[in-house]
Amino acid sequence: MSTKNYIKIKNLSKSFGDVEVLKNINLEVEEGEFFSLLGPSGCGKTTLLRILAGFEYPSEGEVFFDDTNVTSLPPNLRPSNMVFQNYAIFPHINVQRNIEFGLRKENLSKAEMGERVENALKMVQLEGYENRYSNQLSGGQRQRIALARALVKQPKVLLLDEPLGALDKKLREEMQIELRNLQKSLGITFIFVTHDQEEAMTMSDRIAVMDEGNILQVSPPREIYHNPKNKFVSQFIGNINILDADLKSVSNENLSIEVDSFGSMQLKNYQQIIENDKINIAIRPEEITISKISDSNYDYNFQGNVKNISFYGESTYYYVLLNNSEKILMVSKNETKEPFSENDNCFVNFNSNNVKIIKD
Amino acid sequence: MSSTIQNIYFRSDQAKAYTLLSPALILVILAMAAPMIVMIFTSFNTQISMIEIDRTFTTGRYEDFFSKPIFSMLLFRSVKISFFVTLLTLLTTYPLAYYIAFYVKKNKMLWIVLMTLPFWTSYLLRVFSWRVILGNKGVINSALMGTGMIDEPLGFLLYNQAAVIITLSHAWAAFAILPLYVSLDKIDKSLLEASYDLGNTKFETFWRVTFPLSLPGVIGAILIIFIPTVGDYVTPQLVGGTDGRMLSNMIQSLFGRANNFPLGAASAVLMLTTVCLIAALVTYITKKVSMRMS
Repeated sequence: MSTKNYIKIKNLSKSFGDVEVLKNINLEVEEGEFFSLLGPSGCGKTTLLRILAGFEYPSEGEVFFDDTNVTSLPPNLRPSNMVFQNYAIFPHINVQRNIEFGLRKENLSKAEMGERVENALKMVQLEGYENRYSNQLSGGQRQRIALARALVKQPKVLLLDEPLGALDKKLREEMQIELRNLQKSLGITFIFVTHDQEEAMTMSDRIAVMDEGNILQVSPPREIYHNPKNKFVSQFIGNINILDADLKSVSNENLSIEVDSFGSMQLKNYQQIIENDKINIAIRPEEITISKISDSNYDYNFQGNVKNISFYGESTYYYVLLNNSEKILMVSKNETKEPFSENDNCFVNFNSNNVKIIKD
Repeated sequence: MSSTIQNIYFRSDQAKAYTLLSPALILVILAMAAPMIVMIFTSFNTQISMIEIDRTFTTGRYEDFFSKPIFSMLLFRSVKISFFVTLLTLLTTYPLAYYIAFYVKKNKMLWIVLMTLPFWTSYLLRVFSWRVILGNKGVINSALMGTGMIDEPLGFLLYNQAAVIITLSHAWAAFAILPLYVSLDKIDKSLLEASYDLGNTKFETFWRVTFPLSLPGVIGAILIIFIPTVGDYVTPQLVGGTDGRMLSNMIQSLFGRANNFPLGAASAVLMLTTVCLIAALVTYITKKVSMRMS
């Protein structure tokens, strides 16, 4: 894959009245990348997408597509197309005309036009739907038509605003795979806005996690999951146990900390923690094991009591109250034939290299 | 017995619907359908003296209507005036409705109420106010004479077809704004954005998306203005002069001083038929054209 940065966003801010919804955003997206903007509602991700589309203009900063400054270019002149959250299929014209809608300006012959529409419909597997109207389509079909209508323009960048949000779980998972395959085969840049971390994780090359108008971390999914830069990112992506930690001593290589549930711990200083930093430690539930007797293969073992159990099929979550504190740990375990029951006494075990250090 | 009737009533949605409809239904039958039937029957009769009507069936009145050119001329003029009234009203109210629907962010209802405020006064008062504005000693003439731009009042302002068209357009504007506003306000803004995004300018988007989607409101406004103004006889009488007389004025006099009820009825039936045909045609053509445009 080429590593050319197609989209560049420089020092971009956006305010609506007194409310600053985007704060000094700097971001570069590579050509042909599947890039997700992930965050809770109100984090500014949709506004950022709308600025890329040209529906909103930034209060400050600039946007470049392929080194061309497009900051003040209206949407109809940008090499980007959008798939809207509610699909925005024109209700007064049929599927064929919806897909042709953006092609009229391109001076195509009737045959070329027909071919482009046919190919677009084939791409989204809706051949034969040319004469349907929006109200005769299901949610998933509308979603595909919206996709076809945008892709038929052969855009350089496809902007997707939570396009799978309204679909049911099964269909959503199918569409995730389809979208990903489509993006790979077309090789164009996808900017995908979502609040669903699973969706972002399964589809993206890279994810930008946003909160309150800031981009907190831009990394590939695995990196974000295993190496979250701060507390918000760690909690937003997947389940995690977070504990307060007091810094005792710090060197370039090692940290000595005091955690009120675990006592003192020695960890590698991989996050460049310096003195007086406020830190937390975090452990993913699947990195903790649960056992009947203390397991000496692990660095840390603590005694506890199973308080709640959530069964998810492929795995089970145990909520374990530690005996020496009030803290409840979330532990996930692959489903076995000998599950624990509520109020069982147990041990939780983990290794120090699974303990993440997270700046507050 | 009564319990079974009750049972049937509560099970049948239709029975409940008719019960709710019945007051309106009775009113419509008594005040509309019955007079209409009487009128249609009368149109096939003959007036033989001041008070006597011969009830034998004849198509003579319709023959009278078409044999005297004045009737067809007046019918054509009625339609023509109404056409221009409708056009003028649409041209003036569509931008207003568009503005409220797309640019007013809060207190939309207040804007609507303010725009319809003048229409809370009597229809007659509004017609008279146009006489005050357009008349020889009216606002426009006195202003122009006061500034010395003219020496004599402009006579062509009042008592002609243009005066009828202006007065009627103003009188019916409020009725046009409401359906137009409703249909425009209903349009999903993301459809307009989708159109820009697909390469259309704002102007193209208006003709390809906004206007076709507002057509139900446009058709509604056209019918709501066109149908009643064809039959209006107050405005032409007050501001129209002889040049502005419409078929309705003729019908009025046939039921009054001219005292020929059957001919009046036949004229009314023909006017009604014409209006219905035009309304159907307008609806059909507008829909066809909008399909073409987008």
